[in-house]
Amino acid sequence: MRFAVCVFPGSNCDYDTYYVIRDLLGQEVRFVDHHTHKLSGFDCVVIPGGFSFGDYLRAGVLASKTPLGNAIVEFAQRGGLVLGICNGFQILTELHLLPGALLRNESMRFLCKDVYLTVENSSLPFTKKFERGEVIRLPIAHGEGRYYVLQEDLKLMEERGQIVLRYCDEEGKVGPDSNPNGSVANIAGVCNKEGNVFGLMPHPERACEDLLGYRDGLLLWHSLLA
Amino acid sequence: MKVRVLILPRRGLLDPEGRAVKEMLQDEGFPVRDVKVGKVVELDVEEGTDIRAIAEKYLVNPLVEEYIIE
Repeated sequence: MRFAVCVFPGSNCDYDTYYVIRDLLGQEVRFVDHHTHKLSGFDCVVIPGGFSFGDYLRAGVLASKTPLGNAIVEFAQRGGLVLGICNGFQILTELHLLPGALLRNESMRFLCKDVYLTVENSSLPFTKKFERGEVIRLPIAHGEGRYYVLQEDLKLMEERGQIVLRYCDEEGKVGPDSNPNGSVANIAGVCNKEGNVFGLMPHPERACEDLLGYRDGLLLWHSLLA
Repeated sequence: MKVRVLILPRRGLLDPEGRAVKEMLQDEGFPVRDVKVGKVVELDVEEGTDIRAIAEKYLVNPLVEEYIIE
């Protein structure tokens, strides 16, 4: 499989992502910078975490207006797989490839910790190695991760299986106590209607080796190869 | 020509920054009912520039923000 890792000024998880794809998955991977006009010859485009363009104006908005932003939209419309992690998720909402928006955490604090998540949709190319309802542990590191979407859109998204991950406790219980940032309905990750674009706030690329304490993230990457 | 675009969190949406400022002012004894914290973008533009287009396409996310042009 051929992967592209997008690099905007201020991306900072690009090398972690590149490392996982090349060294742990053994797949072909290339960096593409924000001047890139066309994404061809790739099967999956990953938008990594970071602070693209310093998060100025709104997180992800300046990256969404670059040539690479347009190329990502075109790639997704052709049916290519697009994965946005953290800042990548914010960019995908600003590109309108995913519904909703990501706002400042309710606590106003930058959160850097592990969270538990339930996998609500395990039939996507990104999640098919997981069991539906499985509880996994991944790290989060964000200041603007409070997912917001209009109530009527949320209902439609739930019906269509677009809610992919929700914050929960260790037992899988979803509630206000396990909601780290005030996201609507504990949402941590969503996909588009077609299921080829997926954005999530947690960092699966940071949870792929026992050395780092967990490897639940690896299943996401292996799902893509399956 | 200088134009200001004032951007505020949409009404009804939780604004934790505004809430924190409101609570501080209330603790200080001011009869403040509500506070919203937003941002100001000041543009120096040619006469006739379509500010609304700039605001709606770039400066504001209408899902979560509203704006006023000054």
